[in-house]
Amino acid sequence: MFEYWWIYVLVSVIFLYILTQSIVALLKAMKQAKKLGITQSNINKTISSSAILSIAPSIAILISLVVLSQVFGPWIAGMRLGTLGAVTYELPAAINVIEGAFGADINGVITPEMGVTALWVMTLGCVPPLLLVPFLYKKISAGFDQIKQKNAEWKDILMDALFLGMISAFVGYVVAPITPDDGGASYISLLAILVLVVSAVFVTIFGLLANKKRFKWLKSYALPLSMVLSMALAIVFSSWGVR
Amino acid sequence: MNKSYQDQIHREGRLWMLGALLLFISLPLTVSIVTGVWPPFNYFIYGFGVTAMIFWPVTTIEVFTFSPMIGSASYLAFVTGNLSGMKVPAALNAQEALGVEKGSEEADVVSMIAVASSSITTTLIIIIGIFLLIPLTPLLEAESLKPAFDNILPALFGALGVVFISRRWQVAVIPLIFMFLFFAFMPNSRNYVGLMVTVGVAMSITCAYLLHKKGKI
Repeated sequence: MFEYWWIYVLVSVIFLYILTQSIVALLKAMKQAKKLGITQSNINKTISSSAILSIAPSIAILISLVVLSQVFGPWIAGMRLGTLGAVTYELPAAINVIEGAFGADINGVITPEMGVTALWVMTLGCVPPLLLVPFLYKKISAGFDQIKQKNAEWKDILMDALFLGMISAFVGYVVAPITPDDGGASYISLLAILVLVVSAVFVTIFGLLANKKRFKWLKSYALPLSMVLSMALAIVFSSWGVR
Repeated sequence: MNKSYQDQIHREGRLWMLGALLLFISLPLTVSIVTGVWPPFNYFIYGFGVTAMIFWPVTTIEVFTFSPMIGSASYLAFVTGNLSGMKVPAALNAQEALGVEKGSEEADVVSMIAVASSSITTTLIIIIGIFLLIPLTPLLEAESLKPAFDNILPALFGALGVVFISRRWQVAVIPLIFMFLFFAFMPNSRNYVGLMVTVGVAMSITCAYLLHKKGKI
């Protein structure tokens, strides 16, 4: 039911809007960066390393696109996965409606009512940031500026603590047991732990190399390179039977 | 911070976000108006209730945890989504690589460049994916590539973790031990990762405050 020409037009407008907002933001930030004394070379490195870092997770989004396209068609599925939410939100929201509310199978026959209801729920289920950021971000930012003025040292520690809180959650997440699709017994993935450790080792080696003049360029690319290499090794480890 | 740049970012960021909100809502609204198919009330309330019960608090808390990390790039990152797995790591990596002071104007601008570059990359890949979905599907579903895509988060946070944890390991020890125990032993713990980011942030701030007060960091 989502294969109409006007849906393609509307989704295209949304993608164009997102791309325009991103490009405008990028150009303004680049201009401001130069004013602040950040070199063009460092700006280029930031752009390329951020783009490289985003390639693998973006391809992973395409895997969810295959699943979600069966319900919404590729255009709406792509738009939902590429904006606002994330794979971890869109799929559970669709399942809550189709399997939870309608009692149907998401891989089975989807009626127009199911599809439309799921689309409304996915849209409204994650709107809080779009309402909160415009009204609260400036206050949050002013609050941090005040902390900085009062105690600059504590502000630095606080920023690091924020990052470490998020990182500790995702590092701990690797030991969360996985339940196989066939319903077998849950297990803690040794493969995930191995990939985490290997990635940490890679970034440490690249960090040490980046201290040498010849490999200085590695500094910006250490993270994306470590990520891609450890993902590639996950395939090798898996072929050895590690799971 | 440079007031004129920041003021402009705030003013325009608000407009971009509210415009995005209207566009996002216009999609289901147009579908319902043109096709005449509206969500049956009872099914909608159930599906929305179950979804919002989890995701409204999580996404609300994300605003308070992620926006101080990425600064004014929040205006873009919360529109394009995929924060914890892409936008925030991209911003942290960029800040770290250029060695800018966290929370400074330089960090704010660098985060914006990183988030915008990441958003453009993702959007373009998804657009390509939409057009090439049929030929790409066998590749995307290939069993041989599955271990790589299943392990994006460990690959990302292994590298990111060692960089940040090594710098202030004292702050990270307790949250890390707690997270390992929680995720290993809590039933269905994989479903709670969004919520646990907030718990982790609360724990690390508390640890940092106590250690700073005692003069240990």
